[in-house]
Amino acid sequence: MNGASVAEVDRPGVRWHALSRSLRGGLKGAEYTWALAFVVPYLAVFVTFVAYPVVYGLWMGSEPSLYRELFTDPIYERTVVNTILYLALGVNVKMFLALLLSGFFMRPGWWTKVMLLIFVLPWAVPQISTFISIHWMLNGEWGFLNNALYQLFHIEGPYWLNDRWTALGAVIVSHIWKWTPFWTLILLAGRMAIPLEIRDSARVDGATGVRGFVHITFPLLANLYLICTLLSTIFLLGDFNAVYFVSGGGPANSTHVLATLGIRDAFDIAQPRLGVAAVMSALPLVIPLVIVLMRKLRTTEVQL
Amino acid sequence: MSTLLADAGVASSRALAESRRALRRRRRLSQAGVALLSVILIVWSIAPIYNMVLISLEPEGDVFTDHIWPRVPSVESFWGVLTQGHWYLEHFWHQFANSLFLGAMVTFFTLLFGSMTSFSIGRMRIRHGWVVSNAALLTYVIPASFLAIPFYRIMQNYGLANNPWSVIAALVAFATPYAIFVFQEYGRSIPIEVDESARIDGASPVQIYRRIYLPLMAPALVAVGTYALLLAWNEFLYQFLLLSTKSSMTVPVALAQFLNSDQSPWNYMMATAIIYALPPVAIYYAFRRRMTAGLTMGGVKG
Repeated sequence: MNGASVAEVDRPGVRWHALSRSLRGGLKGAEYTWALAFVVPYLAVFVTFVAYPVVYGLWMGSEPSLYRELFTDPIYERTVVNTILYLALGVNVKMFLALLLSGFFMRPGWWTKVMLLIFVLPWAVPQISTFISIHWMLNGEWGFLNNALYQLFHIEGPYWLNDRWTALGAVIVSHIWKWTPFWTLILLAGRMAIPLEIRDSARVDGATGVRGFVHITFPLLANLYLICTLLSTIFLLGDFNAVYFVSGGGPANSTHVLATLGIRDAFDIAQPRLGVAAVMSALPLVIPLVIVLMRKLRTTEVQL
Repeated sequence: MSTLLADAGVASSRALAESRRALRRRRRLSQAGVALLSVILIVWSIAPIYNMVLISLEPEGDVFTDHIWPRVPSVESFWGVLTQGHWYLEHFWHQFANSLFLGAMVTFFTLLFGSMTSFSIGRMRIRHGWVVSNAALLTYVIPASFLAIPFYRIMQNYGLANNPWSVIAALVAFATPYAIFVFQEYGRSIPIEVDESARIDGASPVQIYRRIYLPLMAPALVAVGTYALLLAWNEFLYQFLLLSTKSSMTVPVALAQFLNSDQSPWNYMMATAIIYALPPVAIYYAFRRRMTAGLTMGGVKG
């Protein structure tokens, strides 16, 4: 069906709708009350458990002296560096892998289907279970990784979680391990949505392999890829579990990210306001991201 | 003339054989590539899960060894978890029941509020519905962990600390936006005339919602329900902050308690982790198709 006929079919419907509404005088009386009653529960939840905490948090973190204290803290400095590294590597490596792997899972055949079932396991198993397992796996003395390295290759593995950089690396790799399947599924669905005719005619014109990817597939996926990257940045910024369970912020508070440092400040050293300030110092990054994302998600919603 | 043609024929058949060989070589090469990639992916995906199984199969005291196969596999630790046979597992079933209750309530209220809201915005076309949509969108892009500290404070002020409903409220607040997106998106495939004709027949909005909207939305309800359940099952931070007493604690909080202690009973912890992982994995694989469809329908739709 082409666009014109859709519009023609649609128009009487729209007119009928407007007519019936004008006959009823819009949503009025009992209908309007019901419509309102259906939205009120969610609105109440939103106001009480999202809007109010947001305002409360802004109020808690509104004193400038908090930020002076925060910025002189060497742990905070390290945390900012960690957060940037975590974001830059975690998001981009994961998304790039997901983009490539979604191409692999487009291959026809039963083997690809079996592989996909195995591949989504990291995402299907609860975070807490797997991150605790990774924590123990990386134990320098008794961990599975070092045992395997020694038995298979006779390499003495390092104490992964006792050094800032290997511990941070472990956290980032754990995050990538956990979330690549999810984004692969999303990008895979995006690739599936590309009409077969486009792929076929591109192939006829000689755009196969890398060239087909660069000139056909990627331009069509670019918007989805961008939205996924932005969303994953926000999700990663709020990620608590990977750091908390894999490295625990250690050794010596050197692998915290803003989300875990906030909780540590608030509950381990009992300075909730400082904790809120630590989290709020991410706002210069969060606010533009939120604005761009809201605009993007809304326009794509309208288009569909 | 004929020899010329024959020559050409020989040449072309030789070229054909050559290209066929090249094709076969390329196919074999790509098969080798697929095999290699498959091995890497399997090892990569399975390793931490294998580690979990390996340690859970160790008899107690044998955790601190250096082998990478279970030498004497024993289901002792699973039995220990199921019978609460270790001091650390005293309250396992109670904690598991807490987790189940939390997951069930989060799922129920997410579905209820999400479907009601999207019914009002999408079907009844309430005025200023876009305000609600934007509130939902905003919630979706705020990291939940950033609100944990003020949320904890507020719950304490209300005297709701150690009350599972505080966590349920937080999780419902963060799961419902996704539900609203998916329902709105899915609802577009149901013609509005269905509602119109029911209304002309004298059905009230509540009847339309219950008898028409919900049954037609069943696939989306399954997708979102799975999502909400898995969200509650995966969540840790709010449960950790708000549920700290023995009677209110859930399984993840109990697991985390022993993470950094020196006497962690690792085999029991891993057995617990596996038992905790079984329900969501089963549910995920059962509703996999629906859920993937939901994921691409709402939340991250490009």
